[in-house]
Amino acid sequence: MNLTQTAFGLSLTLCLAAALAALALPRRARPAVAGALTAAAGASAVASGAAAVAGQGWSAWYPDLLPLLGVRLALDPLGGVFLAVTGAVAVCAAIYGIGYTRHGLAGRGVQAAMPLFVAAMLLVPAAAGVGTFLVAWELMAITSLLLVVAEHHRRAAAGEAGQWYAVMTHLGFAVILAGLAALAAHAGGDAFDEIRQAAISPVAASLIFLATGAGFASKAGIVPLHVWLPRAHPEAPSQVSALMSAAMVNMGVYGILRVGLDLLGGGPAWWWLLVLGAGAASAVYGILHAAVSADLKRLLGHSTTENMGLVLIGVGAAGFFAASGSRALAALALVAALLHAINHSAFKTLLFLAAGSVLHATGTRDLDALGGLRERMPYTTALFALGALAASALPPGNGFVSEWLLLQSLVNALPEGGVRHAVTMPLAVGAIALTAGVAIATFVKAFGVGFLAKPRGEGAATAHESPPTMLAGMLLAAAACVGLALAPTLLLPYLAETAGGVIGAPAAVTGEVTLRLGGIASTISPLLIACWLAAALVLVLALLRVFAARRARREARLWDCGAGPMTARMEYTATSFAEPLGRVFDNVLRPESDIDVIPAKESAYIVERVRYRARVADRIERRAYEPVLAAFAAAGRAATRLANGSVHRYLAYGFYTLTGTLILLAVIA
Amino acid sequence: MIAAILQVVLVVAGAPLLVGLMRQVRARLEGRAGAGVLQPWRDLRKLLRKEPIAPRGTGWVFRLAPLLLAASALVVTAVVPLVTTASPLDGVADLFAVTALLALGSVALALGALDTGTAFGGMGASREVTVLALVEPTILLAVFALSVRVGSTNLGAIVNSTLDDPLAVISPASVLAAVALAVVIIAETGRIPVDNPSTHLELTMIHEAMVLEYSGPDLALIEWASAIRLSVLLGLLGSLFAPWGIAGADAGPVALLVAVVALAVKVGVLGALLAAGEVFMAKLRLFRIPELLAGSFLMALLAVGASFFLA
Repeated sequence: MNLTQTAFGLSLTLCLAAALAALALPRRARPAVAGALTAAAGASAVASGAAAVAGQGWSAWYPDLLPLLGVRLALDPLGGVFLAVTGAVAVCAAIYGIGYTRHGLAGRGVQAAMPLFVAAMLLVPAAAGVGTFLVAWELMAITSLLLVVAEHHRRAAAGEAGQWYAVMTHLGFAVILAGLAALAAHAGGDAFDEIRQAAISPVAASLIFLATGAGFASKAGIVPLHVWLPRAHPEAPSQVSALMSAAMVNMGVYGILRVGLDLLGGGPAWWWLLVLGAGAASAVYGILHAAVSADLKRLLGHSTTENMGLVLIGVGAAGFFAASGSRALAALALVAALLHAINHSAFKTLLFLAAGSVLHATGTRDLDALGGLRERMPYTTALFALGALAASALPPGNGFVSEWLLLQSLVNALPEGGVRHAVTMPLAVGAIALTAGVAIATFVKAFGVGFLAKPRGEGAATAHESPPTMLAGMLLAAAACVGLALAPTLLLPYLAETAGGVIGAPAAVTGEVTLRLGGIASTISPLLIACWLAAALVLVLALLRVFAARRARREARLWDCGAGPMTARMEYTATSFAEPLGRVFDNVLRPESDIDVIPAKESAYIVERVRYRARVADRIERRAYEPVLAAFAAAGRAATRLANGSVHRYLAYGFYTLTGTLILLAVIA
Repeated sequence: MIAAILQVVLVVAGAPLLVGLMRQVRARLEGRAGAGVLQPWRDLRKLLRKEPIAPRGTGWVFRLAPLLLAASALVVTAVVPLVTTASPLDGVADLFAVTALLALGSVALALGALDTGTAFGGMGASREVTVLALVEPTILLAVFALSVRVGSTNLGAIVNSTLDDPLAVISPASVLAAVALAVVIIAETGRIPVDNPSTHLELTMIHEAMVLEYSGPDLALIEWASAIRLSVLLGLLGSLFAPWGIAGADAGPVALLVAVVALAVKVGVLGALLAAGEVFMAKLRLFRIPELLAGSFLMALLAVGASFFLA
C-alpha cells in the first residue's frame, strides 16, 4: 500500500460518495455536500498523481470487476501528471460549483453526474488495459454529455450542442475502439504491458496510430474535428465548462502520448509531422475564431482549441525529434508540451470560472452587452485580468514560460537536423508567433471590452459580486497560475524526469531560479523578470513622487467633442474591436454581414431604420460537415419511402435479406 | 553593474533628446526652424508640474497603464545590451522576453484606452493590438534567424558572436533579418508610414488615439516611455547589426566612455535617418499596413531559410 494507491482509491471512493450523497440528500444540502466531497476527491487525486510523478509507481489487476478482461490500473509518472492536473481542476470547479449550482442546477441528476465525470477522468490516465481504458473513456463521454445538456430546458442551444457533442464524441470513441482493439489483437493481450513488448508491423502500427489519433484529436478539439467544442463548452454549466476545457481535453493529448510514444514506441517521423501540422493549424484557426467571437465563453472555447494546438505542436515536435535521433531536444519539446498543458489547465479553469461568475451576475455571455464590471465585480475583474495575462502569454504570466520553452525547442532544432527540420521548424515558429500575437488581441478584447468602461446592457448595469464559494474556487485557480508563473522551476525537474522517461533521454531542464536547458545556451528567469518589473514599478512611482506636482487628482469630464455626455452606445464593442483583425484575415474567416435598409414610406431616399448583422461562420464546418449532414438528412427522407406501412413489403424485405445472406454464405464458404 | 546603471541612466536621460533631434531634423528638412533638441524635456517638465486629472468613469486600469508602460520600458532598457554586453540581467531575459515585455507595455496602454469608454480610446486600442498581432510573428522569426548562428537567443551571446565574427553581419540572413526588424521597429514605435506621431485629430491615428484622455504627469510618463522604447529599439538594431564600440565584461572607464559615445552616435544616426525618411513618405492607409507587415514577415522567413541553407 503506497501513497499513490491509497490516495487514488480514496479519491475514487470520495467521488462515489459524492454521487450517492447527491442522490440521497435533500435539495438544500445537496450542492454543499456533493461539492465538498468532490473537492476532497480532487485533492486526493492531486496527492496520488504527485506521488506517482515522484516515482511511487503502482499497478493492480481486479479480474472480477469487469467480465472477461477485469480492470487493470497502473500509475506511472506520465499518467500521474494528467491525474494530478485533473484533480486540481476538479478541486477548483467543485468548490466553485457549491455556490454556482445553488439556484437552478441543484437537481439530483446534475449533482450526481459531476462527481462521476470527475471519477471517469481520474480513471482514464490510470487505466492500464485496453478494456479498462475504453470503459473509462466512454464513462467520461456519457457523464459529460449529461452535464452539457443540463440546462437544455432553459436554452435550446444546449440541446443542439448536446447533439453535436454526442455524435462527435461517439464517432471518436468508435475509431479509438477500433484502433485499440486492433492493437490488442496484434499484441495478443489486453494489458498495456503486453502491448509494449509486442512486435507490431509498421503498416498496422500506422493504421492504429491514425485511427486512435483521430479519436484523441477530436477529444482535444483539434481542427478539423473541433466543431463540437465551441458549442458544447459554452453551453455546459460554467464549472463543467472548466472541467471539460481544462481537464477533459488534456485526455486527448494523453491518449496520443500514451499510444504513440509509449505503446507503439515512437514510430516514423511522418506521424509526428502530421500531429505537428494539425497542432499548428488548430492553434492559428482556433485563435482567429476566438479573436472575432463576441460570446465570452465561446471565445474561451476557441482559445482551448488554440492551446491544445500549441500542446500538440510540442508533442509532434517531440515525436519528430525522437524519430530523427535528437533525443535531448525531443525531451525538451515534450517538457514544453506538458508544461503548457498544465499552464493551460490553470488559466483556463480560472477564465471559465470567472466567465461563469459574469454569467451568474449578468445573465449574459455577450461581450457586446457587458462592460463596466470593474466597479460592480472587483474581484472577478481582477481574477479575469490575471487569467487573461496568462492566456496571452505575456510575462509575468505562466503561459509565457511554456511558450518560451516550446519556442526554444523549435528554434534550436535547426542546426541539428536536415532539410526536413529547416522547412518545418520556421513554419511552426511562425504559426506559434502568429498565435501569440492574435492571442494578445483576443484577451485585450475579452478583458477590455467585457470588464472595463461603462456597462452596455441591463444585466451588466445591475451586476453584483459572486458568493464566497465561487470566489474561493477562482482564487485557488489564480493561486495555481501565480505559482506556475513565478516558480515553474519547482515543477520542471519532475516534468523533465517524466518526459525523459517517456523519450528515453536525460532531463532537459535544470536550474533553481533561472531556467537552463540541456545543451542550449539560452536562459530565462521568470521569477527575476517579475521582481525586476516590480522594482521598476516602484522606481517609476518614486520618480513621480519626487518630480511631479503633489496635488490631489481631480475628476474631469471625458473629452466628448463638446457634444454632451458620452453614452455607452458610443463605446467600442467586441465586434467593432475585432473588425480590423477580421478584415486582415478575411480569406480565412470569411465574415458574413447583412445590411437591411428600411426606407420611410414617404420617400425611398429617407432611411427609417438600418439593421446590420455580422456573423463569422466556421468555414470548416460549412464546407466539411454541412454537406455530410445534408446528405444524411436526404437519405433519411428517401428512406421513409421504404416503410409505407404495407406488411407485404416488410415480409418481402425479410425474405430477400435472408435469401441474400444465404447466397453470400454459400459463395464465401 | 556600473555599466548597466550607466546604460539605464543614459537611455532615460537621452531618449527625449532623441525625439527632439528627430523633430529638429524633420523641421529643417521641411524648411522650418524647429523648436530645438531640448524641447521634449521642456514639455515633460511642463507636464509633470500640471495637476493630475482622472476622467470620470475610469478606474485602476487607467491609472496603472502609464506606470506599467514605463516600468516595462525600464526593464527592457536594463536587459538589452546597448553600452555593455555584460548586463547583470542578461541571463534573466532573452530576446523573446524583451519582445514580450514591450508587448506587455502596449497591452497596458491599450487597456487603459479601453477603460475610458470613449470611441477614440477603443479605436486606438483596436488598431494598436491589430498591428501588435501582425508584428509579433516577424519579430520572433527574425530572432530565430539571428539565434541560429549563435545557438542561443540571449542578447549578450548574439552581440558577442557578431563581435567575434564581424563578417557575419553581411550574411544574407543578417541583412534580411535587419530589414525585417527595421520595419517592425517602425510599426512598434508608431512612426510613418504605419502611424503618424505628430497628429492628434485624424481618423487614421493609432497611438495618439489611445492616449487622448491622459494629461499631466500621466501623459509625461507615457511620452517619456514611448521615447525610451524608440531609443532602445533603435539601439538594439545598432547593437545587433553593428555592435562595434560596445563595452565587454570587464571594461575600464575609457571603454565605457567609448561605448557611450558609440551608442549616442549610432542611435542618433538611425533616428536622423528615420526622421529624414518620414519627411519623404506619406502615412499608409490602415488596411495597407498588413501588406507592409506581411512583406517584413516574408523577409524574416527568408532570413531563417538563408541562415540554414547559406550558412
